[in-house]
Amino acid sequence: MIDKTIKDKVVNFSFVFPAFVIFSVFYLYPFFYSFILSFQQTDGIYYSKFVGLQNFKEVFASGLDWQNFKWWSITWWKASSWWNSMYNGVFITFWALTFQNILAFALALGVDKAIKTGKIYRVIFFILPVLSEIIIGLLMRELLLTNPGILNQWLEKVGLGFISHNWLGRESVLLTTALVHSWKGFGWAFIILLAGLQTIPEELYEAARIDGANYMQRFHRITLPLLMPVVSLVIVLTLLGTMQAFAMILALTRGAAGLTEVPVMRIYNHLRLSQVGLACAEGIVLGAVLIAVSFTMFNLSKWIRSRWGVLPR
Amino acid sequence: MYYRAKKIIALILLHTFLLSVALSCVCPLLWMLNASFKSEQEFRDDFGLNIAAAFNWENYKKVLFDEGLGYYFLNSVFYTFITVFSIVIVSSLAAFAFSRLNFPGKNAIFFIFLTAMMIPLPAGFVPVYILLNKLNLVNRIGYVLAMSNMGLSLSIYLLKTFFDQLPRDLEDAARIDGCNKLQIWWNVGMPLIAPALAVVIIFNSLNVWNEFVLASLMFTDDALMPLQAGLMGLYNNNVTQHTLIMAALTVAALPIILLYLKMQKQIIKGITSGAMVG
Repeated sequence: MIDKTIKDKVVNFSFVFPAFVIFSVFYLYPFFYSFILSFQQTDGIYYSKFVGLQNFKEVFASGLDWQNFKWWSITWWKASSWWNSMYNGVFITFWALTFQNILAFALALGVDKAIKTGKIYRVIFFILPVLSEIIIGLLMRELLLTNPGILNQWLEKVGLGFISHNWLGRESVLLTTALVHSWKGFGWAFIILLAGLQTIPEELYEAARIDGANYMQRFHRITLPLLMPVVSLVIVLTLLGTMQAFAMILALTRGAAGLTEVPVMRIYNHLRLSQVGLACAEGIVLGAVLIAVSFTMFNLSKWIRSRWGVLPR
Repeated sequence: MYYRAKKIIALILLHTFLLSVALSCVCPLLWMLNASFKSEQEFRDDFGLNIAAAFNWENYKKVLFDEGLGYYFLNSVFYTFITVFSIVIVSSLAAFAFSRLNFPGKNAIFFIFLTAMMIPLPAGFVPVYILLNKLNLVNRIGYVLAMSNMGLSLSIYLLKTFFDQLPRDLEDAARIDGCNKLQIWWNVGMPLIAPALAVVIIFNSLNVWNEFVLASLMFTDDALMPLQAGLMGLYNNNVTQHTLIMAALTVAALPIILLYLKMQKQIIKGITSGAMVG
């Protein structure tokens, strides 16, 4: 449509206006506001004092235990520090990246092999990602708590009693959290990978089969390169999603006295304790880390694709 | 013969693998359903591992009426409905304008919406919470407003790309017949983008229904809390009442599971398109 008069343009803009207002008030303004807050010592409402970079200093420096510093050890920070929560987040993300995504990839390959029951599996695997994090967290907490110890009894019944132990105890709570997180999330990665697999044209496999390629060769030469964009997408989204995961972990372990405190849980707790400036500083640090990581991953995957994949050089 | 046997073994292995993973997903949910029908005494005897003898609705009655889960449930229905409705109206208006109309700064504004989708804001809830507190918009209005923003960018993007693929002939015809822009949007645009609207509605409904962080922060009045925040409070008040909690979780999970089974095509499409954009 050709609109020349000013009135027309105003009318046209009014279509976007409501979205623009909501967006400005609840996204743009908070985005810049959190930078302002991060330089203050404030509870957000009643008092505020400009303190410069002190919040950031507290995020980075407090909790570093220089006395116990050993260059080979990765746990020389105090249990209640920002670094500890970052470590926990990275630990869970590591398991999500490896265990969850490899499982999802294997399942997607299995279901994609055009078996008749594939659709049922697809429906079942995606139930968990649809449910809320709180439901999954509380349900798994009930199953895993040693009293009454439901999962341990199941394991004993099917003859896997040797695995059973105190799942939410000091030593294993972080690993359990990572596994439950992967268990909740694999269906999501599975669906995206399956959608990617199904876009690969069947003729390519046919041609390769006629040329005498076996399954491994077909997988290596056709599936993997063509799926590379989807794989890197899943990797980036897993990274971003898991580093920001929080509600499930809160419901499952309620922080377990810092043992499973992930970054966003720390931010949430600081907000509840009215340390708003500190919470904002932590949020900015985490956001910067995530942007840097996803940017690096994006370029890395582009490089990998141009090196081994199908992206034209 | 050898080839055939090998193929059958491979299939058996494949199905064992798939089936065991599928069981790991379904068993906890079935256990939850089963345990919710037991009294606490029965649960002490068998930990909910035997199938419940009868449908014992005692836990459900208690959880829905005494513990206030019924209120939380209705609150969530209400917030989800209002939020999704406003997202649909606001985002389809904006998408229509971005796709069909011209105004200065159009591309810049659309670019800002797009960038907002890409940038992760892990602590975005902190300034939003402070802002709404300062404006004295806690509880219902604040929550609905804050949640309306959450799915807005993605919805606009999805609808805009869908609009772009549609032919303009119908709209031209409507304009020649004397429709103004608002009428074209409502009478021609909205019916045409119905498939994309279904995806937007489902994606946002799940988002709002499952949201926890703001839900747990925004409400000063417990009776107004949505479901997820209510569940946490309910759990904290009844840590030892295992079957009661299972009933509460079933109440929260079952509608979503049924909705999912009914509309899994749109749900899966919504989630995958959401992921592909991000």
